[in-house]
Amino acid sequence: MTALPIKSIFILAWRNLWRNHRRTLIMLAAITVGAWAMIFMTALMRGMVDDMLLNGIRDLPGEVQIHHPEYRDDPSINNSLGAADEQLVSVMEQPPVTAWTQRVRVPAVISSERESRGVTLIGIDPASETDVGFDAEDVKQGRFLIDADDKGIIIGAKMAERLETRLGKRIVIMSQDPDNNIADRGFRIVGIYKAKLASLEEMYVYAGIGTVQKLLKMDGQVSEIAITGDDYRKVDAWYPRIKQAAGDDKQVLPWYEADSYLGSMLAVMDGFVLVWMVVVFLAMSFGLVNTLIMAVFERVREIGLMLALGMRPATILSQILMESFLLLLIGLLIGNTLAILTIMPLQDGIDISIVAEGMEMMGTSSMLYPALKLQDVILANAVVLILGIITSVLPAWRASRYDPIEALNKN
Amino acid sequence: MNITLRMAWRNLWRHKRRTWITVSAMVFSNLLLVFMISLQFGMYRMMIDNTLKAFTGHTQIQRQGYNDDPKIRTSIDDIVILADDVRDSLGSKEVAARGISFAMTSSEQRSYGLQIVGVEPEYEPNVSSLPGLVKQGRYLADMDAEEIVIGSVLARNLRVKVGDELTLLGSGREGSIAAGIVIVSGIFESGSADIDRSMAQVPLGYFQSLYNMDGAGHTIVVNTDEISRVTELQSRVAGIIPANKQLEVLNWEQLQPGLKQAIQADMASAWFMYAVLIVLVAFSVLNTQLMSVLERTREFGVMMALGVKPTRLGSLVLTETFLMSSLGLSIGIILGIALTYYLTIAGFAYPGMEEMAERFNLPARMYPSLSVLSILLGPGIIFICSLVAAIYPATRLFFLQPVIAMRAV
Repeated sequence: MTALPIKSIFILAWRNLWRNHRRTLIMLAAITVGAWAMIFMTALMRGMVDDMLLNGIRDLPGEVQIHHPEYRDDPSINNSLGAADEQLVSVMEQPPVTAWTQRVRVPAVISSERESRGVTLIGIDPASETDVGFDAEDVKQGRFLIDADDKGIIIGAKMAERLETRLGKRIVIMSQDPDNNIADRGFRIVGIYKAKLASLEEMYVYAGIGTVQKLLKMDGQVSEIAITGDDYRKVDAWYPRIKQAAGDDKQVLPWYEADSYLGSMLAVMDGFVLVWMVVVFLAMSFGLVNTLIMAVFERVREIGLMLALGMRPATILSQILMESFLLLLIGLLIGNTLAILTIMPLQDGIDISIVAEGMEMMGTSSMLYPALKLQDVILANAVVLILGIITSVLPAWRASRYDPIEALNKN
Repeated sequence: MNITLRMAWRNLWRHKRRTWITVSAMVFSNLLLVFMISLQFGMYRMMIDNTLKAFTGHTQIQRQGYNDDPKIRTSIDDIVILADDVRDSLGSKEVAARGISFAMTSSEQRSYGLQIVGVEPEYEPNVSSLPGLVKQGRYLADMDAEEIVIGSVLARNLRVKVGDELTLLGSGREGSIAAGIVIVSGIFESGSADIDRSMAQVPLGYFQSLYNMDGAGHTIVVNTDEISRVTELQSRVAGIIPANKQLEVLNWEQLQPGLKQAIQADMASAWFMYAVLIVLVAFSVLNTQLMSVLERTREFGVMMALGVKPTRLGSLVLTETFLMSSLGLSIGIILGIALTYYLTIAGFAYPGMEEMAERFNLPARMYPSLSVLSILLGPGIIFICSLVAAIYPATRLFFLQPVIAMRAV
């Protein structure tokens, strides 16, 4: 007898699968739960990390930053840069760079008539800032700055509360000029913003870069240049060009080095996703092996008969592997569908504001948006199918090695 | 030995391989759960300890409203006297008063706005780890000395060393200007760049005169040896403080809601994962037991014909599951303890973990902490779920008709 065509193997496997439908259904349920859990959990994790990274990069800001080499260790006005020169600007105007901006960022003290607080004063160019860092939509009261020489200041809602001040009132900003003289100036509050991470509202106040430069006698100098491209994952493709154009006397860092917490996050998550999938698979695999062993065990005589009639061991092997493959495939189909069906209604975000302050420690906002990624779905399915088939080889191989005479006389 | 027990035990080994595979599923999950839960407990404990030890403390007495909206005027009058009272009443030294404000701090070359904390030099070391982390110079000594201790990052940024002068400029309680000159007496390294960059401590007496506080301060930290008894401490302290001064006692969960919530969020996602594992194990048990019942239909039919009651057969199946789960439980726990115990000594690290750990005040190497709860919690749930999973196969026996069952293939 020659080898059975694949179609016959398929039919045999399919019918065998439903001889004991209860067992098959239970195993299907297990595979479904496993596949669902893999995809669902991964989508939540990815959503969280995406949010964390986008928030984090907005906050840095930019996917690439240029600083004075000592600025990061000593964020003082003395460690400033000259504004971007022509050569750098021409590189920053090329795609995939989508936006860039220059900022002054110095420590300062902000005082109302009643209270004072330490803050970071950020001088921004309103025209280019909104594409990189501060989001003009966040201004909930009043207006955003109009131009670099705007005389107003924008503070966070939380900060306004702390200072017992409000829109239209005046506050005093105190900082240090390059000669270490205290420079101070009154600003009118023209806008109040609300940040996704509430703690930022107490950290940053924004004023026009021209006004700040004049106040601090900076003479056109800036603290940082922030540059953003179209995809934070692809920053490696273009940041060396920026580095070259900026010259050796400046420090150019991509986001994952500028904030190593964010940088490690991506790698840790990738590792975690794989570990999670393998662990779920292992928990599932015991059931799979057991199901196959039982399916083989109760068919020992039948298998013996097939062998005695001249069926090749390889055909027995592929028949049982086919059975396992079908089982896995159906389970995966249902599991995937279920995962997509449960993630869909959650696309508008899951409200986790009940643990908002905890999530803030991790750097995510209080809405969790699951991110279903094709590559994760493929990974989950590949893990289950490939490892599933590998686990099935042993019971299938044993079945194909039966001695026909012994097997026929079993029982 | 009970006959049901003996039969169940023998039945279990009719299909050795199947039983062992199902037991392995349990062992695998139990091992994982013991390790994971111990690791979680160890991590939470460290997160809490390290965060609270650095500064916040276990409980604090504050003027009502100060926690939500810390203003210099929301203060406690005669705070040193109150702190002494609390110390006497509790018979504990782990009580220290503080005043908190902001100041523009300038050295000759640099200026930064930072948080200035006025502390009682005698008692602060009892409630916080910072005084012990002074690496250069010494901690504050005199209640009224014009001295300051600052973090190492700040010292670097301000370009000062021990013995240098700093100018403080802020606003006092009634809007007056607070200005003073202090000598750096010590520099601490807490390990958290955030704290080392943004905090400075001065003696409370000096703080009060600088900010025109007139004997007032902002919080009194009260610690306990055992953090699990913090609610008890909280109510004891609440009984001591005067009722008519608008004071309140807050515990660490109220003072650091982020910490508690980070733990809750982590707990929730961890339990989602555990639930998946547990459900998968339960399916495994369900499948095995259902098969073992179905393949014995004929045998059960005979037993019933001989007068054995379905309840007895049901309890036989449950006993089998019980024995199987006990096996999984004990092997799983033994291996789990072995693995976890090894790691409590050796510790373990995960690549990229360092940066994340630092954010939550954790060391780069993780050490799980074994406890009765962390050992029994996961395996216990798996044990119960396995028994529950066997209920369906067991109930099938009640619908068995002896005559038909005996003819089953």
